Amino acid sequence: MRRRTSILQRLDWVSIILVGLLMIWGWMNIASATAGAEPVDWLNWESKQGKQLIWIGVSVLLAVIVLNIEGEFFIRTSILHYTVNLVLLLLVLAIGKKVGGARSWFGFGSFSIQPSEFAKVSTALLLAWLLSRSDGKLRNMKTLLQSIAIVGIPAALILLQPDAGTVIVFGGFIFALYREGLSGNVLIAGFCGLIVTIASILTGAPSVSYPFIGEASAIWVFWFILVLMGGLIWQLTPQLIVPRKRRKVRNVTLLSFAAALILSSGIHTGLEHVLKQHHKERIHVLFGMDVSNPDADYNIRHAKAAIGSGGLAGKGFLQGPMTAYGFVPEQETDFIFCTVGEEWGFLGGLMTLALLTTLLFRLLVLAERQRSNFTRIYAYGVTSILFMHYLINIGMVLGLAPVIGIPLPFMSAGGSSLMGFTLLIFILLRLDAERFSVLR
Amino acid sequence: MNLKERQWVIGSILLIMTLIFLGRLAQLQLAPGPWRDYAARLTEEREIIDAARGMILDRNSEIFMTNIASYDITFVPRQGKLAGGFDTSDLSGVLQMSQKQLKENIQKADDYASYRPSAIRKQIPAEEYAKASGELWRFPGLQTKRRAIRTNPSGMASQILGEYRETDREDLLSGIGYELGDYKGKSGIELHYENSLRGHRGVKYHIVDVRNDFREPLSDGQLDTLPIPGSDIMLTLDLELQSYGEHLMQGKRGAIVAIEPSTGEILTIVSAPTFATDLLTGLERGRHYDSLLRDPSKPLFNRTVRATYRPGSIFKMIQGLIALDEGVIHPESRIVCNRNIIGCHGQHSFDNLQEAIVHSCNPYFHEVMKRMVQSGKSENIFKDASEGLSRWTPRIKQFGLGTNLGGILPGLRSGSVPDTALYDRMYGTKRWAYSTIYSISIGEGELLTTPVHMANLAAIMANRGWYRTPHSVLDVGGKGKPEHLDSLVHTGVSDYAFGPIVNAMQTVIESAQGTGRKARVPGITVCGKTGTVQDGERQTHSVFMAFAPRDNPQIALSVYVENAGSGGDWAAPIASLIIEKYLTGEVTQSAKEQLILSATYPFPEH
Repeated sequence: MRRRTSILQRLDWVSIILVGLLMIWGWMNIASATAGAEPVDWLNWESKQGKQLIWIGVSVLLAVIVLNIEGEFFIRTSILHYTVNLVLLLLVLAIGKKVGGARSWFGFGSFSIQPSEFAKVSTALLLAWLLSRSDGKLRNMKTLLQSIAIVGIPAALILLQPDAGTVIVFGGFIFALYREGLSGNVLIAGFCGLIVTIASILTGAPSVSYPFIGEASAIWVFWFILVLMGGLIWQLTPQLIVPRKRRKVRNVTLLSFAAALILSSGIHTGLEHVLKQHHKERIHVLFGMDVSNPDADYNIRHAKAAIGSGGLAGKGFLQGPMTAYGFVPEQETDFIFCTVGEEWGFLGGLMTLALLTTLLFRLLVLAERQRSNFTRIYAYGVTSILFMHYLINIGMVLGLAPVIGIPLPFMSAGGSSLMGFTLLIFILLRLDAERFSVLR
Repeated sequence: MNLKERQWVIGSILLIMTLIFLGRLAQLQLAPGPWRDYAARLTEEREIIDAARGMILDRNSEIFMTNIASYDITFVPRQGKLAGGFDTSDLSGVLQMSQKQLKENIQKADDYASYRPSAIRKQIPAEEYAKASGELWRFPGLQTKRRAIRTNPSGMASQILGEYRETDREDLLSGIGYELGDYKGKSGIELHYENSLRGHRGVKYHIVDVRNDFREPLSDGQLDTLPIPGSDIMLTLDLELQSYGEHLMQGKRGAIVAIEPSTGEILTIVSAPTFATDLLTGLERGRHYDSLLRDPSKPLFNRTVRATYRPGSIFKMIQGLIALDEGVIHPESRIVCNRNIIGCHGQHSFDNLQEAIVHSCNPYFHEVMKRMVQSGKSENIFKDASEGLSRWTPRIKQFGLGTNLGGILPGLRSGSVPDTALYDRMYGTKRWAYSTIYSISIGEGELLTTPVHMANLAAIMANRGWYRTPHSVLDVGGKGKPEHLDSLVHTGVSDYAFGPIVNAMQTVIESAQGTGRKARVPGITVCGKTGTVQDGERQTHSVFMAFAPRDNPQIALSVYVENAGSGGDWAAPIASLIIEKYLTGEVTQSAKEQLILSATYPFPEH
């Protein structure tokens, strides 16, 4: 009895309150998005907000159970968790229910479970277990490759479903790896890669008339500029760099510009010859490029209209016509932020972003106050996953990222994601509560 | 860098992304942008509630023009697509139209606006719609719009009532608030009184769902307005008399215009041949219009106001009136019928004015006009004629001839009364004298009048010297007759001069040899004058003008029957039947009626 009380006292109530507020806030907006013109039937268990209320209840139960399990259990069983999850990911490819073109779900009557949401938890656990056992600096190649394998295997299985959104979320583990010693150059390289990607997409579609050659894609101009820049740096190296470092600089220049060209041509080929037309259109819509199919930007146009029409204070709870009458597809799940934007305006949006950002910063604080390497690395894993969801989901509804269907943590309707996020956070909170009693 | 410090890099990335999101959110929600309007366009829909168009009634409140229900079937392409489309061959059967036409209309609707209803089948009559309505639920995206269509149950007076049809580009650009697909009056009364007939449409604002279905009123309906129905227009026409007139003119070409002399109200205005008004209001308008346009008898041509004829012998009465008033003759002045100067007909040699009108003596009026125009006041005969004619022309115009009669009858032509300027143009200044232009003295030459002008002349005779402007509208929206319609005009001829003329008009009807004896009406004293108007090589036009009864006249009219022969043979009996019908309410002269009804264009040569 005494022991339990001490756990309660050591729990991080700031995180718990933030999570609780996000759940209630999400549930209210789900109710509005579901109700249409009818008065909200709050306790109708068949409706979306009714089901969400059940899921919230289940998640609370799950949280209580998790908080009562010794942290050591999660560390010791992380390989088991991971293995079971891989089996589930394989199984879902075989016997899963196909929804919207992706085989991501196990159906159980009227509700379904998405194993990829739980794979995030087990991956974060195993990655923390691996890195906490090594020297923790990620300097040797073996640990790096093992880390990449731990993240890559479930990600590859999820890509087969296919569920590109979740795969991108797995990419977020790069932040955890960076904190544990991965070279900062990887982040810089990633940033440069992003620039090259955007430039390749922008210059890939329009065609330009070249002298002697005729009409061709404008991407050749971009490639020409890349080669020119590379050559220029190569030539100027003797003037700018001390002799001792010239050779290294030249090698790095050669490598990075070659990599940029390969990446760019790969993206161009992928866009023009591999991706399906509607995927390509989604990417073009994002960059404001001319798209002939008027329905290609339907989702994002309506999402922006719903948010943009909210103004400062919004149209009022249950008062938004775009929310009530089905103008925004997936409004109660991936596009739940549109309801907030339309009915609660800028103030509601600000509050939502504040809740999510405060939670993320709180998780960073939790991560950095750990003495246990395992807990710190796991905390970074949790933060990275939540951050990726936040980044992609909000970016998508605001028209800054392509339409990639992933839920907004704790707010979007759906049981699997809610339980997944609950497990992620409450395992961390249990480990955090034990931080003075362990010496790992 | 110490690994622990890397938390600041990660924290910074989180902070920067959140700031970017906040900036974007502020840009979407706080900065002025297109999104609020765009959302309103998606979620708000304006529903037009058409105002009932005013009816057009006759002087006894009988219906000329009214509205009946019909149905437009509209289609919202997006709605159809969302529900998975439907079988067009099935729908074409239900709507009774060709599948090809249906597919074309659906394509058009899609091209115009995929989320808005566009008509794919218009103006389905109520009975046909009742049959189809039970089937329509099977086709997603279809809606029904009730629309009133214009109909003239009697089919009478089509040329005067005018056309009511879909607005064209010009109307849409006019800035008077017409929208694509609206209907409006395009000619005749429908056009002239469009603003009164039209009323004001109501508007309802709705919040719609993603399928464009109405869900709830916008702003609790505070912006909505109710439609205000259009005003009824009451015409001066008598539907019964109009119908009888059109009945008599069947198969002939010509015109009847009858006026109530004391008021100037037009009782009947028949242009023959005519057509049923509804031919030009339905969906087949284009086809009907083309065939009417190609018809050699020109049914679309409103002869009552647009056709101009020479007045012929009827003009001699005006000459007589002016001559008396000018003092160049008196009622007993006799003039030798010198047929060397100008041809004549019949047994007479030395008539006074009354006899000259009855006999239609050409040399008499040749001399009468010579006394007015070639008066000898100037030495030079050219100057003399020019001065004489410039005194003569305005006096003729006082009878309304050569004028548009106040411009209140839509489309009325002025006709022509020659003046010095005209002859100067034709022959050169001081190159013409009376001997050049004398043919106008007997109503030939450059004189031209319409049937309306002739009927008005009959009204002047009936009133002994004045007329009220002929007009066709009695009341607009219960507010009475519009102003300026019936201004009083005096011819300037003193009423004593009318004595011998009216006597002559009575003799024309009642004398045993009178040319207008077929215009007699049992028990009623009719005054009239025949006219037989040359039409080149063809059979002459048969013309007659009359008023009745002689004292306290109730009706004045002109009758034209093209290429039918002499005025006494065809126009006079038609006038007789019209007068009897109007004054007694029935027709007793059935033999005369049968004869008229059996006669059709072309008339046999005499």
